[in-house]
Parts: sequence; C-alpha cells; structure tokens
Amino acid sequence: MEYKDYYKVMGVARDATEAQIKQAYRKLARKYHPDVSKEKDAEARFKDVGEAYEVLRSPEKRAAYDQLGRDYAAGQEFRPPPDWGAGFETGGAGPGRSSHSDFFDSLFGAAARGAARDTEDHHAKVMLDLEATLNGGSRTFTLRVPEIEAGHLVLKERVLNVKVPRGILAGQTIRLSGQGARSPADGTAGDLYIEVDFQPHALYKADGRDLYLELPVTPWEAALGATVKTPTPGGTVDLKIPPGSRAGARLRLKGRGIPASPPGDLYVVLQLALPPAADDKAKAAYQAFAAALPFNPRTQLGV
Amino acid sequence: MPNSEESVSSPGIFEEYAILSVRDLSRICAVDEHHIVELVHEGVLRVLDADTAEWRFTGDALRRARLALRLERELEINLAGVALALQLMEEIEQLRRRVRHGL
Repeated sequence: MEYKDYYKVMGVARDATEAQIKQAYRKLARKYHPDVSKEKDAEARFKDVGEAYEVLRSPEKRAAYDQLGRDYAAGQEFRPPPDWGAGFETGGAGPGRSSHSDFFDSLFGAAARGAARDTEDHHAKVMLDLEATLNGGSRTFTLRVPEIEAGHLVLKERVLNVKVPRGILAGQTIRLSGQGARSPADGTAGDLYIEVDFQPHALYKADGRDLYLELPVTPWEAALGATVKTPTPGGTVDLKIPPGSRAGARLRLKGRGIPASPPGDLYVVLQLALPPAADDKAKAAYQAFAAALPFNPRTQLGV
Repeated sequence: MPNSEESVSSPGIFEEYAILSVRDLSRICAVDEHHIVELVHEGVLRVLDADTAEWRFTGDALRRARLALRLERELEINLAGVALALQLMEEIEQLRRRVRHGL
C-alpha cells in the first residue's frame, strides 16, 4: 500500500491553517467535481481531494496522520504500526463520495467510510457498448454494491444480466425494481437505478441521439461527386457525395442515428484521403495533376 | 463466495415512462420532501403540471435532482448557487454542441 501525502494532494503546506485547507479544498473540489469538470481523471482526483480534506479538516485525524506520516514520502510503501488505531476519534462521514483508498482505510478503519444511508435504493453507472442501444439486447454488468454484513459495511460484487432498452441514450437511466438492497428494518428490497454511458465505438461517436461517422473520400470523389458505400448502424448504404464537397462537410442521414423516439440522425463527416505517392506511376500522376491544375491554397494567408 | 448471475428485465428507459411524485424523489434521493420542494422553488426541477393538487415530475427530474444535490453537498454551495451552476452548465453544453455542429 502506498503512503499518501494529503498535504501534497491539497497543495498546502504542512502547517497550513484550517482556513487555508478549507479554501484549497473548495477550489480543488470545484475544479475536479466530476459533474462539472472536463478534466480527464476528474473522478479520481476529486476522490483524492475529498479524502485528503476529510483527514486534514478534522483536528483528530490530522494529528493522527501527522504523527504517523513524519517518516514517509508520497508513493512510498506504507505499513501501519501494529498498535495503530487506538485513541483517535475517526468516525463520521466526510464530504466526498464514499469509497476511500486502502491507505485511508488502514489508518482510520473501513467503518469510517461514508456510512451507509438508510435508503434501500441504489444507484450505479455502467459503460455500454453502442450496439446495446442500437439493437437492444441483454448485457452483463458487474456492480459493486455496499452491503451490511455482521455490522460492517462491505463491498460485494454482483453480476446482473440486464435487458437493455433499445434507443437508450447516454445519461439516461434503467430502473430495476426490487434489485436494490434489502432494508434492515422490514426486509423489503429497494430499486436499483443504473445510469448508462457509452464506451468509445470503432466507427460512430454518439452525441445525444445523433451519431457521427468520419468517412474518408478521395479528392476526385469530393471534387466530382460520387456514390460511395458507407456503413450505418442499419447496414451499408450507398451515399451520394455532392460535387464540390470539402473536407469536414457533413451529410445528414435522417433517422439513422440512435433509435430513440424520435430517432437521432447519422452525420457523415467527410475526410479527404490522399493516395500515397509511393511509386513512379503515382508520382507522375501527381505531377500531371499539378501541371494541369495550378492552385495555391494559401492565398488567404497572404503568401 | 462465487458470483451468481441474475437475469433482470428492465421495463424500459426510466426518463420516458416514469412519473414521479415529490415523495418518490425524496425517497430515491434520500433527502427530505421539503428539500425537493425547495429544488422546485429554486427552478431546478420543473413540475409536469403546476395546477394539479399533487406535483408530478417526469423521469429525467431524478437525474437533475441527484445532480443538484451532489453539487450542493460536495461543493458546499447553497441552492441558489446550484441553480446558477446548472443553468451555466446547460449553456456551456449548448455552446459545445454549436461548436461541434459548426452552426
């Protein structure tokens, strides 16, 4: 297990005041909050910051952490002393999301993690392949769900085979009735809410209900117009490229996006692909082209 | 303990079929009903038909409510701030869309 330097995570000095720590937290939380942030690893960073704040904001936890951390540097292999954990008040949930690092748990005990709420409904987020919404069908999800076992909160893996509704969009939810946790009070099961998002797809990029496909075309197809084969979620179609098309031009295939109601569109974005001048024949063709068609694409740049 | 696989059918896309009450939202989001009412007053949640005796929401209100509550709790901002953040986030999303679509 790695030692975590919470001061470094927060970007504050080891003797920072409570006010400075709070200020640093607010700023970092806004920067990395996964709902607001576009940073790539926002979720992980936000969790780190929340965990660091949970320790540093509490005088007891901070004192414990300081006492222990004197001899460690960030990333160093960490082993808690055998008599660790006695005498510090470490209960209570912090501001961040519930799961802590192993480092935190070894210091303050898993029991201190963002205590189980008394609701029996559970929420999860899954990454679907795009085909699932295009065609519908069953998918297997592995969810980590918190459960109370012998008075302790443990994370259990649950494997669910779920029928995915055709036409579901990123950010939308599937509700599975009775698949939440059992209430300790009366044993009735709550619901499980699964928010979906899509994994990157080899061909299509989803934007709401619309799909985007980048289609390479040759210069002569773009200039003269052509009918070319293009993939769509419903199968290959013949697509008419209008004469005089430019790179980046978008052709809309109405209703060929995600089959939601109403269905989305498929936007085909043209990309110009140049044949390589790999041999003499190809070089001669390019030279003939240049001779026949004097053209300066840089006139607008003033050169 | 080995994982056993359970099969479940979903009734469809929650946003499209679900009609929620204040009580539903408060239960699913694990907050007081009073808190949901505040989200309506702040303009974060829209009531389906304001004239009815009991407020009803479409399924997408759930995502909005949870998002608002997360921001409130995790960034420690008040509801007016949350409402402003949501409004600005929507505007950013629209602008992003416009840029992407070259409009």
